[in-house]
Amino acid sequence: MRHFLKLGALALAAGLAAPALAQEKLKVGFIYVGPVGDFGWSYQHDVGRKAIEAAFPGKVETTFIESVPEADSERAIEQLARTGHKLIFTTSFGYMEPTLKVAKKYPGVKFEHATGFKRDKNVSTYSAKFHEGRYIIGKIAGKMTKTNTIGYVGAVPIPEVIAGINAFYLGAKSVNPDVKIKVAWVFDWFNPGKEGDAAKALLDQGADIITQHTDSPAPLQQAAARGKLAFGQASDMSRFAEKNILTSIIDDWAPYYVERTRAVLEGTWESKDVFDGLAKGKVKMGPYVNMPDDVKKLAMETEEGIRTGKIDPFTCPIVAQDGKTVECKDGKLNDGQIAGMNYYVQGIEGTIPK
Amino acid sequence: MRLVLVSRRRISRQRQFATPVVALLVALAIGGLIVWLMGRSPWRALQVFVIEPLTDPWALQEVLLKATPLMLISIGLLFCFRASRWNIGAEGQFLLGGICGGGIAILTHGMSGFWIMPLMMIAGMLGGLAYAAIPAVLRTRFGISEILTSLMLVYVADLLLDYLVRGPWRDPKGFNFPQSVSFSDAAVLHPLFEGGRLHLGLVLALVVAAIAFVLFRRTLFGYAVAASGDAPRAANFAGFNEARITVLVFLISGALAGLAGVVEVAGQVQQLRPGFGQGLGFTAIIVAFLGRLTPVGATLSSVVIAVLLIGAESAQVSLKLPYDLTRFFMGLLLTCVLVGESLDRYSLEIQRERT
Repeated sequence: MRHFLKLGALALAAGLAAPALAQEKLKVGFIYVGPVGDFGWSYQHDVGRKAIEAAFPGKVETTFIESVPEADSERAIEQLARTGHKLIFTTSFGYMEPTLKVAKKYPGVKFEHATGFKRDKNVSTYSAKFHEGRYIIGKIAGKMTKTNTIGYVGAVPIPEVIAGINAFYLGAKSVNPDVKIKVAWVFDWFNPGKEGDAAKALLDQGADIITQHTDSPAPLQQAAARGKLAFGQASDMSRFAEKNILTSIIDDWAPYYVERTRAVLEGTWESKDVFDGLAKGKVKMGPYVNMPDDVKKLAMETEEGIRTGKIDPFTCPIVAQDGKTVECKDGKLNDGQIAGMNYYVQGIEGTIPK
Repeated sequence: MRLVLVSRRRISRQRQFATPVVALLVALAIGGLIVWLMGRSPWRALQVFVIEPLTDPWALQEVLLKATPLMLISIGLLFCFRASRWNIGAEGQFLLGGICGGGIAILTHGMSGFWIMPLMMIAGMLGGLAYAAIPAVLRTRFGISEILTSLMLVYVADLLLDYLVRGPWRDPKGFNFPQSVSFSDAAVLHPLFEGGRLHLGLVLALVVAAIAFVLFRRTLFGYAVAASGDAPRAANFAGFNEARITVLVFLISGALAGLAGVVEVAGQVQQLRPGFGQGLGFTAIIVAFLGRLTPVGATLSSVVIAVLLIGAESAQVSLKLPYDLTRFFMGLLLTCVLVGESLDRYSLEIQRERT
């Protein structure tokens, strides 16, 4: 009888524990490559994180670890996995291998790796077609430049960045056949000092417009200090150079983050690869300012064209720098070709650092 | 009225041992105050920053893993710093070690054999050693400041690594991303315990620390190094060859930094990729001074710095404290220790100005 009572008590306890478990908050973790205050890449991911909290009040708890070096990220990712985070976003390319390693150890945790190409049962990858935005700002720059020289501050020569440079150049050349671009590499994602120096060097070489694929507003501010024009990157950077900014390419991760969190809450999460841009709102354009109306109109039409699928930055034929025409099927390059792009298109001078 | 530092006649032994402890306590107190001002519980912060990394088995392994390369590099640096030779470029020697050791791993990719790991370590040590020889020889031959040359060579090493992983050693299946293949099993330092990442490197570092301890305490060489740092002219008169000591301390320092490089790439990174150095070679300079330029001190302060680094991540997760706070704590700790050291040697006195 006593045993029976004990058993009953146990069953009762288990019964009580179950609903308590169901109410437990879903913990969502983020790993950032820069500080949340970079006002660019990591900042925008953090905006996405806050959107999750706002979308599921009381149901989720979010955590982030910032400024995690890519070569030493495994521990930070595992730190989140072992403290009960069930959905973890690792938001830089270099977190790929560490994410996969930790994912193997924690099969019950879902991982989302930004901009990578290796997946697993519990590892999804996601990225955005930033090059669509770069095609638009390329057109603006091609119209606005007086010296026909545009400076491009690049972070790390990986395909995502190369594709951006190509799209930018193709956009600029489509409205200005004489345009030239100069690229300066920083070999870092967030390094305001080096980013600013690169912009300075480009301005010294005669560039009158600066665009950047790095995370801080430093290149934009540097251009503004010299009275030149520039673009914002990752977030709307208007506040850093109101008079000199033309527009910004904005990464909007919020809808994706909310969607994936909902999938985990509802138990429908699956590993997949998501690569979309203007059409799904993952890439957005800031306000078009400091430019004449015809340029603004051109920019808006291009944006609309890409959104509706009428315009594609990589419409064939695409000729590589070495003169070879790139293989092409549906009249445009496919997503895989863009995600693995490792060559400049014809017309860009210089070589990709090897 | 003014404050003056008056040199102490005698430095008491108790004081020497008590000072670092007091410095640590003062740093903790100031840190706690700041955490409290930020609206978090200082007690909880102490737990997350200091106690958990040392008691939780997983975290402790991570601490020791992080401390391993710091120990190896900083113990190498002791030899230079004791002799007042300023090797600021341990980071470069560390990278070269990783490149040479990693190079063996890449060349033997797919092979197995017990000889691969020792070969990697020897290659790494030779790489670091050769790289450290450059500033040493430039100094002894041409009198060029080793501070500048060793520092500048860090950037050269950085670029060399960059070239290799983008060019000849790039993973052919890696979508052209700048990284080498992942090392084969034989070229990887495997975890000592299930579920953690701690590997044999720690044992290696402790052995090196013990050897350094004996060298400084019991050998003529250790004495010559210290003498040439404290009183170069006297050392010269005693017949210690200045140039030979310069080269030797640089070679030791470079070889150990190189070994640390191999341990890091074979242990936790398991491939060559840009930025695997993480500035550990520079952090090790702080570690060496924090440990008052002794092998035991360097070993302990490697652990202290590692605890701070690991604690910082836990603090972000469980207390939602910003990362910058860690860097602040590190600076605070170093400041307290340096102030403590000065107060060891000098006493603070108030002097009334005569008018």
